[in-house]
Amino acid sequence: MADISKEQVKHVADLARLAVTDEEVKTMADELSAIIGYAEQLNELDTEGVEPTTHVLDLKNVMRKDEPKEWITHEEAMKNAPDQQDGQYRVPSIMADN
Amino acid sequence: MSLFDHTIKQLEEKLHNKEITVEDLVNESYTRIKEVDDQVHAFLTLDEENARAKAKELDASEATASLFGMPSGIKDNIMTKGLRTTCASQFLDNFTDPLYDATVVQKLNKEQTVTIGKLNMDEFAMGSSNENSSYNPTRNPWNTDHVPGGSSGGSAAAVAAGEVLFSLGSDTGGSIRQPAAFCGVVGMKPTYGRVSRAGLVAFASSLDQIGPITRTVEDNARVLEVIAGHDAMDSTSANVEVSKYTEALTNDVKGLKIAVPKEYLAEGVAPEVKESVLEALKVYESLGATWEEVSLPHSKYAVATYYLLSSSEASANLARFDGVRYGVRSENADNMIDMFKNSRSEGFGPEVKRRIMLGTFALSSGYYDAYYKKAQKVRTLIKNDFDKIFEEYDVIIGPTTPTKAFKVGENTDDPLTMYANDILTIPVNLAGVPGISIPCGFTEDRLPIGLQIIGKYFDESTVYRTAHAFEQATEHHKKRPQLGGAN
Repeated sequence: MADISKEQVKHVADLARLAVTDEEVKTMADELSAIIGYAEQLNELDTEGVEPTTHVLDLKNVMRKDEPKEWITHEEAMKNAPDQQDGQYRVPSIMADN
Repeated sequence: MSLFDHTIKQLEEKLHNKEITVEDLVNESYTRIKEVDDQVHAFLTLDEENARAKAKELDASEATASLFGMPSGIKDNIMTKGLRTTCASQFLDNFTDPLYDATVVQKLNKEQTVTIGKLNMDEFAMGSSNENSSYNPTRNPWNTDHVPGGSSGGSAAAVAAGEVLFSLGSDTGGSIRQPAAFCGVVGMKPTYGRVSRAGLVAFASSLDQIGPITRTVEDNARVLEVIAGHDAMDSTSANVEVSKYTEALTNDVKGLKIAVPKEYLAEGVAPEVKESVLEALKVYESLGATWEEVSLPHSKYAVATYYLLSSSEASANLARFDGVRYGVRSENADNMIDMFKNSRSEGFGPEVKRRIMLGTFALSSGYYDAYYKKAQKVRTLIKNDFDKIFEEYDVIIGPTTPTKAFKVGENTDDPLTMYANDILTIPVNLAGVPGISIPCGFTEDRLPIGLQIIGKYFDESTVYRTAHAFEQATEHHKKRPQLGGAN
């Protein structure tokens, strides 16, 4: 049985950019432990020498010519933005005020 | 009788003979939606004004396109230009003005379909019951105390309830086939790469496929003919010629070799489901096909493999939802990192967060090899199981789901019980082969049962031929749910 600690949950939540309450941390620790515990059944299988499948079709890098073409306008790119200023996406400060 | 009891071909004739107009077809949709959608909740957004205008325009033009005037519904994770696309998530509640049409929508538009509206789903396609929709979850038209399945629950329910003639869904681990089974309609997950994913909001990119949901196999084949094909906008779409699937519907399955995996009729599959599938196999025998029991020995590892891989891919794909360029932004943040975190936490529902957490964990330093890479290796073993069977057999047949549609609220307490629902559909996505669900019977309490037919890579033709022969020999697809209203 996998045992995922509250500290691990907080770390993973930070990596995933999710804000979690103390209560959520507890629930997630229990749920993730159960799911990971279930997933550990895969360890019953010997996969020594088995190639991992990332993709089922036999595709190599698919390249196209790097040519400019019409896509969306600047105005269109901005129109669903939650906040904007002077034609740019506006976000809260990135660095702390000193 | 509803106009949507006819096939596309029959409706095409009626249009041609001036018995009906496109306005009649569009009217049929909106009338039915007004009658029953407050019970079914299949639609999230309607596009009535544009649809009615388009109907008038089409009625004044010549019918040349192959789906001319056919009313369709589009799952809400497929981009529609200028038409709200939410993925049933609060995060995209305000996403009212998408900038482009998904390739599949462009293809439908080119063939002159009429988009009636956008269909409900589990949030970001994560779920098997529609209970993870952040709006009013869709209910099963056969009995509204039961779930319609998911994640394309709205897409299946809308077709079953007669609200549209056909719909598009997406299938990552069973999300077209499972709701099609629960709602008694035909749902196809094509071969991975058969249909362009450009404009499908990505959940798990190595597993996602778009496919049609219809009342008949013939209509399904017809819609796939339109939406399939290589697309420069999707580097994983396959450059393989699209067959004329409708021409494969020969009604001839003499000599067809069917494999029936013993794992698909094992413990955990409800007796009524098993009986129904065995009955279906008798029908195939009577039509001259043969079947044998086989084994897909790694089936029991599919659910664990799937949840590790799909959640890992989802955790990367859903990183784009940051509250900067579109979607909902939290008001409660005074620096950018907190803005990301709070926007995501306020915008995503519990199941989406759970999967992002699982995926981030499986990909994180120190765990990548033990979980993610291990699951990729097991995926190879699962794929090999299918390859081996298809060396000898034409199709694999089994149930689509272990049980009938369960009751609303019945499986919401434990994520693992909910995940187990997809045990018979998930292996198909992991292997990447095509699979269809067609109605093959009903339970005592009149809920549909689905038969799953799985084919070789890019051999949708044989899957359709097999499905069609059974459909034509039986009456299950003619039954209709008894909702309120005229139908």
